[in-house]
Amino acid sequence: MRRTPVVVALAACALVAWGCGDDDEGEADASAGETTLVVSAAASMTEALESCADTFGEEEDARVRLSFAGSDELAAQIRQGAEVDVFVAANTSLPQQLRAEGLLAKTAEFATNELVIAVPSGSEIDSLDDLAEDGVTVVMGSESVPVGAYTREALAGLPPAREKAILANVRSNEPDVNGIVGKLVQGAADAGFVYATDVTATDGALGTVALPPELEPEVAYGAGVVSEAREPELARKFLRGLLRGACADALREAGFGPP
Amino acid sequence: MSGHRWFGVGLGICLGAAVLFLALPIVAVFVDSSPGELIASLGEEGALDALWLSLRCTAIAIAIILLVGTPAAYFLATRSFRGKAALVTIIELPLVLPPAVAGIALLAAVGPSGILGGAIDAAGIRLSLATAGVIVALVFVSAPFYIRQAMASFAAVDRALLDASRTLGISEARSFVRVMIPVAIPGLVAGTALALGRALGEFGATLMFAGSFQGITQTVPLAIYDRFATDFESALALSAVLVAVSAAILFSVKLVQRGDPLGGWQAR
Repeated sequence: MRRTPVVVALAACALVAWGCGDDDEGEADASAGETTLVVSAAASMTEALESCADTFGEEEDARVRLSFAGSDELAAQIRQGAEVDVFVAANTSLPQQLRAEGLLAKTAEFATNELVIAVPSGSEIDSLDDLAEDGVTVVMGSESVPVGAYTREALAGLPPAREKAILANVRSNEPDVNGIVGKLVQGAADAGFVYATDVTATDGALGTVALPPELEPEVAYGAGVVSEAREPELARKFLRGLLRGACADALREAGFGPP
Repeated sequence: MSGHRWFGVGLGICLGAAVLFLALPIVAVFVDSSPGELIASLGEEGALDALWLSLRCTAIAIAIILLVGTPAAYFLATRSFRGKAALVTIIELPLVLPPAVAGIALLAAVGPSGILGGAIDAAGIRLSLATAGVIVALVFVSAPFYIRQAMASFAAVDRALLDASRTLGISEARSFVRVMIPVAIPGLVAGTALALGRALGEFGATLMFAGSFQGITQTVPLAIYDRFATDFESALALSAVLVAVSAAILFSVKLVQRGDPLGGWQAR
C-alpha cells in the first residue's frame, strides 16, 4: 500500500520514456536490416518526393525516410544537429546559408517554379490588371514567407499607382500557401498569388493567370548533402537523382520546371 | 507513519515535476527577452494594431457570449426536457474540437460557399476575411467555456432561494436578475475568464476563417506566428504581452472568488 505513489511515479516516468523512445525504435529496426537515408524536404514537394522515394529505395536497396516541414524549420533542425542526410529546400538561399556555415557539404539547384495568379475556375479575372479593380479581393503570402516575398518582389516591378491599387485589395497575408489556396477554393477571395505547382495540385478547382513575363521572379529550389550525413554516398546519389532519374521525373510531373 | 511520509514525498515530487514542466516555458518567454527589447518591439508597426484588434474583438465576443449565453445557461440549468443531454453535448462540443476543425466547420457553415453563405451574402454581411469573421470565430470557440460554467453555477444555486422569491410573488424574470445572477456570480466570473482567455489565444479558426491582415483580422496570436520565422524577438515580445494579460485575467478571477462569501468554485 505504501508503495503506491512510487509505483505511480515510476509508471509516469515509464510513460514518458515510452513516448520519447518511439523515434529510436524506428531507427533501430531500420539499422538492423538495411541502410536508411533520412531526407528532410520542404512541404511543397511532399507528393512528388513521396512517389519517387520508393523507386529510389528499391534501386539502391535502402529505406528512404522522408520528413516534410517548412524549409526554415528543417534548416533550424539541421543547425540543432538533427540526424539528416539530405536537405531539400523550397529556395536556394537556405542551402547556401547552411553551406556557408559548413553544415552542407554539396549543394545543387534542382528545380524551378513559377509564381502565378490563381483564381477559382470560371473566374472572369484574366490579367494582373484585373486585380487592381475596385471590389476584387486578393490574398497573398505574408512578407515573412518565400511566396509572399516573391509576390511583393513581382508587384514592385509595376508602376507605383498600379502596385498600390493591387495591394489595397489584399484582404489576407497568409502564413503559408495552403492558406491562400484554401481561401480561393472556398470562394473567400477572388485571386491569390501562389506557385504554378500549387494550382496543379488542386485538380482543376483553381485556374492560372500568368504574370507578365517581365515581372516573373526567379523561383529556384536547392538541395544539399549534410556534412555529418551518416550515409554520404547514398545522399549524393539522391541529390543526383533530383536532377536526373525517378525523382526528377516526379518533380516535372508535379509541375516543377528543370533547373 | 512511514506510509504517510511516502505519500507526502510522492505528492511533492509530482507537484515539483508539474510546476517545473508548466512554468519553465512561460518563464523562458520572459527571460529570453529583455524589458527594453520588449517595449521596443511593441512600438514596431503592426504589434500595437494586433493588440488593439485582439482586445476589441475579444471584448465584443465576450459581450455577445454573456448576453446570449447567460439566459441560455439559466434555461438549461433550471429546466429538464427530453434530449437535454444531447443538446448540452452539442453546445460543449467546440471545447474539444481542434482549431483546424473549428475553422473548416465555420467555413462550411457561414463561409462564402457554406450552407448559410448565400443568405449572409444576400444580407450584405461579409464575414470571411473581415473583422466580423474574427468575432464569429472567437464566439464559436469560447462560448462553450462560459455556458458550461454558467450552467453549473446556476444549477448549484440553492433551490430554496428561488422558491422563496417565488412565494414572495416575484416573477421568474425578476428573480433571475435579482437573485440567481448575484448568487451565481463567482461561477459566472470564472466562466467569463475562461472564455476570455480562450478568445485572446484563438489562432487556428481565425486564420482559416478570417485570414490574417494587419488591423483587420491579424490578432496577437496570428501576429506572433507571422513573426516567428523572420523576427523571433518581436514574436517573443508579443508572446510575453499575451502571457501577462492572460495571467492578469486569471489572477483577478482568483481575487474576485476569494472575496466572495459563498466561496469560489461552488459550481464544481
